[in-house]
Amino acid sequence: MVKYKTFKGIVAPLDKNNIDTDAIIPKQYLKSISRTGFGVNLFDEWRYLDNGQPGQDHSKRKVNTDFILNKKPYNQSSILLAGENFGCGSSREHAAWAIKDFGINAIIAKSFADIFYNNCFKNGILPIALDEKDINTLLIECSKLKEFKMTINLINQVIIYNADDKIHFNIDPYQKNALLKGLDEIGQTLEDKDLIKSFEKNHKNEYPWFFK
Amino acid sequence: MYNMNSKTLYDKIWDSHCVKSNKNGFDLLYIDRHYIHEVTSPQAFEGLRISKRKPWRSSSNFAVPDHNIPTKDRDKGIADPISKIQVDTLEENCDNFDVNKFSMNHPDQGIVHIIGPEQGLTLPGMTIVCGDSHTSTHGAFGTLAFGIGTSEVEHVLATQCLIQKRSKTMLININGQLSNGITAKDLILYIIGKIGTAGGNGYSIEFGGAVIKALSMEGRMTICNMTIEAGARAGLIAVDGKTIEYLRNRNFTPSDTDFDKAVEHWKSLKSDENATFDKVVNIEGGDVQPMVTWGTSPEMVTDINGSIPLEAGKIYPSALQYMGLTPGTKIRDIKLDKIFIGSCTNSRIEDLRAAAEIVKNKRINKSIKLAMVVPGSGPIKRQAENEGLDEIFLSAGFEWRDPGCSMCLAMNADRLNPGERCASTSNRNFEGRQGQGGRTHLVSPAMAAAAAVAGHFTDIESA
Repeated sequence: MVKYKTFKGIVAPLDKNNIDTDAIIPKQYLKSISRTGFGVNLFDEWRYLDNGQPGQDHSKRKVNTDFILNKKPYNQSSILLAGENFGCGSSREHAAWAIKDFGINAIIAKSFADIFYNNCFKNGILPIALDEKDINTLLIECSKLKEFKMTINLINQVIIYNADDKIHFNIDPYQKNALLKGLDEIGQTLEDKDLIKSFEKNHKNEYPWFFK
Repeated sequence: MYNMNSKTLYDKIWDSHCVKSNKNGFDLLYIDRHYIHEVTSPQAFEGLRISKRKPWRSSSNFAVPDHNIPTKDRDKGIADPISKIQVDTLEENCDNFDVNKFSMNHPDQGIVHIIGPEQGLTLPGMTIVCGDSHTSTHGAFGTLAFGIGTSEVEHVLATQCLIQKRSKTMLININGQLSNGITAKDLILYIIGKIGTAGGNGYSIEFGGAVIKALSMEGRMTICNMTIEAGARAGLIAVDGKTIEYLRNRNFTPSDTDFDKAVEHWKSLKSDENATFDKVVNIEGGDVQPMVTWGTSPEMVTDINGSIPLEAGKIYPSALQYMGLTPGTKIRDIKLDKIFIGSCTNSRIEDLRAAAEIVKNKRINKSIKLAMVVPGSGPIKRQAENEGLDEIFLSAGFEWRDPGCSMCLAMNADRLNPGERCASTSNRNFEGRQGQGGRTHLVSPAMAAAAAVAGHFTDIESA
């Protein structure tokens, strides 16, 4: 995975609670056996006015011009700003793939659903949970400018906007490190191969019926 | 916080699967059982192929296609070419990577979370994962079971482990008893209404109390299944005599002396008396009524005697607009177009019996365009047919289908058209979940059956 770097980007406000993974990427696109190409169908039912199907030419579909990610400059956003429980529902990693493929590198929300939160880290997306006060501040800032940008610095765990306004955020050191280094987690785990093997041997002795 | 001397069930299972404890709070957790379906696995197998890795332990992995498959005319194959590729890809991956499978036409095929327990592949004390959020279902057997993303599917295939952080623990006690006709589905919808869809974020939830003890294994699975709708990745219920009896003589359950040894272990799978939980919630079983969701999140729920909350117009205008409902509308006045009885939440034999009981010697209302029953697995379908339930449904006007996820998420041909309203025994009422523009009301099997007969929501007694 690519190493996560400090970046500056346009913020798109999606001031809604419980944005679920069915809304992020509808089921018909889950039939793909690939990891790429989901960005064009991110928030498909909100972004388009017709019923989309996999394999069609999405550039020819009827676009919902009221939806924020269809408006300039938000169609170039790399940061989403949302409410509570973002990414709830299905475990589909396609939701994270669609977000990343669209060009979103960070999501700021009041809270995240657990499975989606984990999936972000596997795909170079930084999920930032902030309290209501900070989210409201950012929403107000967003509404003031046509093109509200912020810088996200993961190393120092800080969001910088309006030149020198700052909000610090918390993140688990392990997950921070994994993003910064773009770690291959499977490779890391396999370094403990012998440990896993010896654990497995004892586990099998104790619970042989798990291994039938 | 957890006490070293008295442990919660969650901590017992966690501790007995911890391969390596890291100081940073993330542990390397050994996974006993890994279920696989066609939607969330192709990219994981592709990852193995690219990095030239193989599954760590073949006996752990069981795959079944369930999301994309047709629920009728299965002998004609899968009509949608894209769905067919996905199901064929699962078959090929299972053959190439030596994964145990139940193919589409296997007599015991079914929804992954139905067949795991049914086959005795889900055993108490196990860690169980699957690239599917409703993996929480298996927690009904005193397992630690949770949904994972595709990257983690690949991680488990390659290493038999996952890097995980211990969650906080919540205990939900359901005291007293449920009133007549109130089911596990009503109870879990009631709980979600109380704690909210984000209420369990960061927690695993153990369910206990007299009501849980009195529930059948089927009911307990319904409860744990929808724990994810309360925000918690895992739901757990302690092992008791019902758990053990359910598992006796299943295809993959240990036999004879091994079974007795296993039972000794299983009996220890409950939280210690003095174990401390990070949060405790108490619910009175007698307060639970037949529940119906009215919005686009499972927490937007009330009971059959209720109405759309007056304040909903202000708080959830987009949900009401999507659902085509107005504040103050009585739940009983909501008319339905379609009825769906099925899904990993409610497609077990007990669910089908409850629905059949309601529609016996009755006809579905003329206003209902389609009413369908989709059994959760081949064995459930056969059992129901042996009991004559198929005849009851068919003569009432229901369609009797083959097992699969079907209209719970509409990845196959079973779906709602824009604007259609459905009483559904599934688990999610999100926008577009059952088909773009479709409107979902989550209910129990008995309530769905009663709605089919009346054409609108109604009491089970008056159907």
